This record gives sequence, structure tokens and C-alpha cells, in this order.
Amino acid sequence: MTVNDQQWDLIILPKRRLLDLHLKELWSYRDLILLFVWRDFVSVYKQTILGPLWYLIQPLLTTITFTVIFGNIARLPTDGLPQFLFYMSGTVIWTYFADSLTKTSNTFIQNIGLFGKVYFPRLVVPVSILFSNLITFVIQFIFFLGFMGFFVLRGSNISPNIWIALTPILILMLAGLGLGFGILISSLTTKYRDLRFLVQFGIQLLMYATPIIYPASSVSERYRFLIFANPLTSLVETFRFAYLGTGDVNPLHLVYSFGFMLVVLFLGAVIFNRVEQTFMDTV
Amino acid sequence: MSTVISVENLSKVYHLGQIGTGTFANDLKVWWARKQGKPNPLLRVGQPDYGNRMGEEIWALRDVTFTVEQGAVLGIIGRNGAGKSTLLKILSRVTAPTGGMVKVKGRIASLLEVGTGFHPDLTGRENVYLNGAILGMDRAEVRSKLDEIVDFADVAQFLDTPVKRYSSGMYVRLAFAVAAHLDPEILVVDEVLAVGDAEFQNKCLGKMGDVAREGRTVLFVSHNMASIRKLCTNCMLVDKGIVKVLGGTDEVIYQYLSTLQRFSLSSLEARPDREGDGRMRFTHFEVAEGSPSPDSAIVGAATRFDLYYHGAPPLRNVQVSLGIYNPSGERLLWMGNDTSGSLFKEIPSSGIISVFLDHFPLVPGQYLVNLYCEVEKRKADWVHSAAQITVHPGDFYGNGKSPTVSTGPVLVLNSWSFRERK
Repeated sequence: MTVNDQQWDLIILPKRRLLDLHLKELWSYRDLILLFVWRDFVSVYKQTILGPLWYLIQPLLTTITFTVIFGNIARLPTDGLPQFLFYMSGTVIWTYFADSLTKTSNTFIQNIGLFGKVYFPRLVVPVSILFSNLITFVIQFIFFLGFMGFFVLRGSNISPNIWIALTPILILMLAGLGLGFGILISSLTTKYRDLRFLVQFGIQLLMYATPIIYPASSVSERYRFLIFANPLTSLVETFRFAYLGTGDVNPLHLVYSFGFMLVVLFLGAVIFNRVEQTFMDTV
Repeated sequence: MSTVISVENLSKVYHLGQIGTGTFANDLKVWWARKQGKPNPLLRVGQPDYGNRMGEEIWALRDVTFTVEQGAVLGIIGRNGAGKSTLLKILSRVTAPTGGMVKVKGRIASLLEVGTGFHPDLTGRENVYLNGAILGMDRAEVRSKLDEIVDFADVAQFLDTPVKRYSSGMYVRLAFAVAAHLDPEILVVDEVLAVGDAEFQNKCLGKMGDVAREGRTVLFVSHNMASIRKLCTNCMLVDKGIVKVLGGTDEVIYQYLSTLQRFSLSSLEARPDREGDGRMRFTHFEVAEGSPSPDSAIVGAATRFDLYYHGAPPLRNVQVSLGIYNPSGERLLWMGNDTSGSLFKEIPSSGIISVFLDHFPLVPGQYLVNLYCEVEKRKADWVHSAAQITVHPGDFYGNGKSPTVSTGPVLVLNSWSFRERK
């Protein structure tokens, strides 16, 4: 029997080529991504009393804590902005990045049961996590805008400007960095479980290395390059500048962050792609 | 007919034990030692060095090559650990092979374990959509099949109840229903039939039969020879990662059962679960004549059972009997030397007692054998399920036909005639 290769729908080989990322296949599973997002959204707050209100309580409590501790007790500068808005903007942005990273970094470990039984492009899971978190982010961001409006009415000195137009790109970059680091770490955790602890710890440290609770301008000139080596710094600063009017905006820094994101994303995708084929034998 | 699955030289290596050492620090130590040409510092003395790996290699599959034609129902049988599941895992792309290649035409759906991805907090309906998507259906497809799925699973009333409130039966039925309605060109099934009640199992078998009749292909892994026999057109015997036989179902099952017995013969002599004063003990049981192997028989064949024994002399006035039971414990046959003839006046202290049957009278299936003996009216040995025998189809009546289970459990030679009444 002669059957030519063109007729086969699927060819299973030991190893894929390094750059064969199956992105087209990912697209064909977009329904699954949507359903995962919806599942996460629906199931998280089932059997809770406050339900979706938690989306608002979390940033609110964090912001209040920050305001009390860093603003009133430690008296860190906020570039002349109302402390509450300053910390809230930082919290909302940071939560999106940190949640995306921690949750995607658990992709393999948390889905062993599912991955061990059924095939679908494994990237579906981290990508769906990004979108789930995006929903949370949008809700919290609207919440933030509400407070912003409140402060404007009270005559606070904040000046939203044209940089707001960059918002989608900033979100995209946050998501890309979260995803890139997340899948990179999730691939490595299949072999080294230590990394999971490192992630929890590391993400806290990273928050202090990012101008969340302090403005970049408060860092002395000599060390400012260090803080801007962190690709998240320019994102947070641009965000603050766009919506609140103070912050350190430099297109070059943004380009650097974008490049950084591309590299991490690419590296993550390649390693993830490698690991997803045989990780069932390792975990 | 065209080939829908072509497996070429497929191999899969697993590393027993851990891969790496599990922590980065230890991996570094091993790597550093190797770099300096020193032995692995973490190994115990005398343990073989497999490089960075702490365990040895196991070939779950080795150079497996076969093709499956469209519409075939291929049974895959073999002992535990033979490589069946690995093969299915590679086919369903859960893990990648180490070597070789698989080419597939059409969509593969696997029922490796049903209900994966069900979320306990979501309702039945929500889970149908979710599970359908996980298995590769899009929403429109699920929507069009929802009624059919719900009907099949028989959970219409509970469709909007979270599945964590379902009984395990309902849960499994719904999960199987989703998978079964995927309408794949190739369906891979692994032992799902072990779940659910008898009625549902029949329904599943029926559904698989339907799938096959529609010209689609089924790969079916099971330890249940009855379902394999019922469903499969072809069968493949996998042993130690190699395809031993690929051929007609009956022939392959026969081969499998005859390899199987070599491992399952537990020593009758060593069995502790027996009664009697022990003056005489059965040490071994086998079907010595009229069968392909010591633990199987053929319907209608002239058959001899050999009962090996050992005892303390003198063994006088010995009564020996043998009962054959079906797996649910019902006695189908009972034979004793005193009822069909007479007691043995005296037998040697160790030897073989044989029972002869002209035509083995039980239909194909699995049976258990009980052995019993008395020495001078005192129970000497009594072993329940002393042996298991598999009865293969055979020509009982000498008419070229093989009786089936539907004729009833026991066969008897008989002849028919008629005459006119005036």
C-alpha cells in the first residue's frame, strides 16, 4: 500500500524543531482558551459570601495597607501625588504582572492530571491565565479610575495626558513579561521544584526593585540605571505619568522593556515547547 | 480500505528512578564531578553509574511497527507493564516518543481516563462544554450534540447541578458520553469499561461497536478478553515493549493466554489457605491433555487433569474430588473418585492422580478449580480456587460449530430423531 505523506493529518515525531511552536494550533484551540478563562472566572468565587466583590476588596486593602505603612509611617515620597492614588496605581499594575507570573509558572505542576490524559497545545493554559487575569485587571483598573475621578473632583493635583493612548501597549508588555517569565519558570520547575519557592520569594523582592511603593525619581541618580535595568520600571513609570502626571518617561526605556519582553517570551516559548512534549515522564 | 495509523519503529525509553537528582545543587555537584572525571558523588558504593541519571533505562516500547486500516477495531492486549498504555499515550500525544514515527489520518480522541478536566463546581452542562473543548470540539459542535450527550448519559434532570453533587455513576456516564460523541475518526479506549454498572458498560460497548460500524477506527486496550472478543476484528499482543503477535482476535487471545499462564501459576504447594489435617497435600494441578497449556481446556476435547500430591504413608482409602466453579462461585461440575468409581485402596506417598473426561463439557470462559481429598474418612486437604482454567472455544458436538455461552453453562452430548405416531 502506498500512501504519500501529504495525506497524513498528524505526524508524531520524537522531537519538534526548536522553533516549531505550533502557534497555528493554539489558534484552533481558541474556544478552549475562552472556556478556561470563563471557568476560572465562574469557579473562583463559587461558594464565597462576597463573590466577585473580592476583585475590589483585594486592591483596596493592599492600597490602604501601603498607604498606612509606606506613606504614613515610613513617609516615602510619592512625587507629590495623593498617596492613595499613587499606591493604588502601583498595586493594580503589579497585581496583574505578579499574578500572571505566579499562576503561569505553575502550569505544568498544577495540570499534571489533565496533561497526562489529553492532548491540547499546552500553551492554552498559560494564555488563558493571562486573559483571566486581564479580566481582574480591567475590573480593578476601572475601580482605580473611579478613585481617580473622585480625587479630580476634590481638586487634587493630577493631570492625565496623551500618554494614556499607550495603555494597551503597556498592558501587552506586562502580559508578555509575565507570560515569558512564567512559562520559562514552569518549564524549569518540572525538573527543579526549588524554583517554586524561589518564585514566591523572588516576586516579593522584585516588587521592591520596581517603583511600586516609591517613585523612580526618589532613587539617587547614581543608581537610577539599576532600577531602569528592571524592564518593569519603565512600564510602571509610564503608566503613572499617563494617568497621574508624574513619573519618569523615556521612549528608550520603553523600547528596552519591549526588547526584553521579546527575548524572555521567545526563550520561554522555545523551552516550554521542548518541555511540554516529555514532561509527563519527568514529573 | 486505507491505512489510518502507521507506526514506524516506535521506541520509548523511560528512566527508572529519578531523572537528575531533583535539586539544582545536587545536579551541579554531579555535573562538576563528571567534568573533573570523578565518579558521581551521590551514588552509593557499587551502584552502577548511568551518567547524570540516577536510575536505569527501561524500554517501554522498542521498534514497534504496525499499521491500522480504516474501520478496524484493534484490540491491544498484554500483561501490566507490557507497553500498551505507553503506546496509547504516544498516539494520543500525551508524551513524545524517544524514536520512530507515527503517522495518523484524521482526528484521534482518547478515552484514556474519562472525566479529565471536569470541574467539580461547574454544572453538568458547563462541564460538557469544557470537557468537549478539552477533547478538541468547538462550541458549535458541542451545542449540536448536547441533547444526544445528555440522553446517552441519562442525566437530563441534573444538567444544571454542579457535578460535585453527582453520584460517581452519573459522573462517569456524563464524562464518557462527551468523549463518545466526539465523533473522531480514530477512537482510543483504555479500560474505561471497568467503570459504571453492567447496563452502562453494555451501552459503552454498543457505542464503540457503532463507532466501528460507521467506518471509524477503534483502538481498544483491555484486560477483559470477553469484551475484546466481542468488539475487535484484530488484536495485537504487546509484551515487553514489542509487538509479539498481530492477527485475528481469537488467535492472539489464545497466544496471550498461553503466555500468561507461565506467570500466574502460583505454587499450589505453598498455599497457606487450605483446610485438612495435611496427611496428604495437593502440590500441583494441571490440564495435562487436550489443551494448549496447563491451565486451559478446550470445549469438547478429551481432557485429563493431573493432580500432583504428596503425603505421609500409608495413604489408604483415599477419596479425591474436584469441583469446577464459575467466577461468581457457582459450582458447575463436581467429580469424585468414590462417586464415579471407588476409593483408592492405597496410593504411593507421592504421585499423580488423574481424572479423565471424554468431552470437556463447559462453554468458553474462566473457571476455578477446587480440590479436596480424604484419607480414611478424614479431611486431609481442601483448597479453594486451587487453580484457574480458561476454556477456549471448541467443537463439542463434532459438527464444526463452537457452542457459546448462550447455550447455558454445561454441555451434554445428545442426539435427536423423530418418528411418526400412528
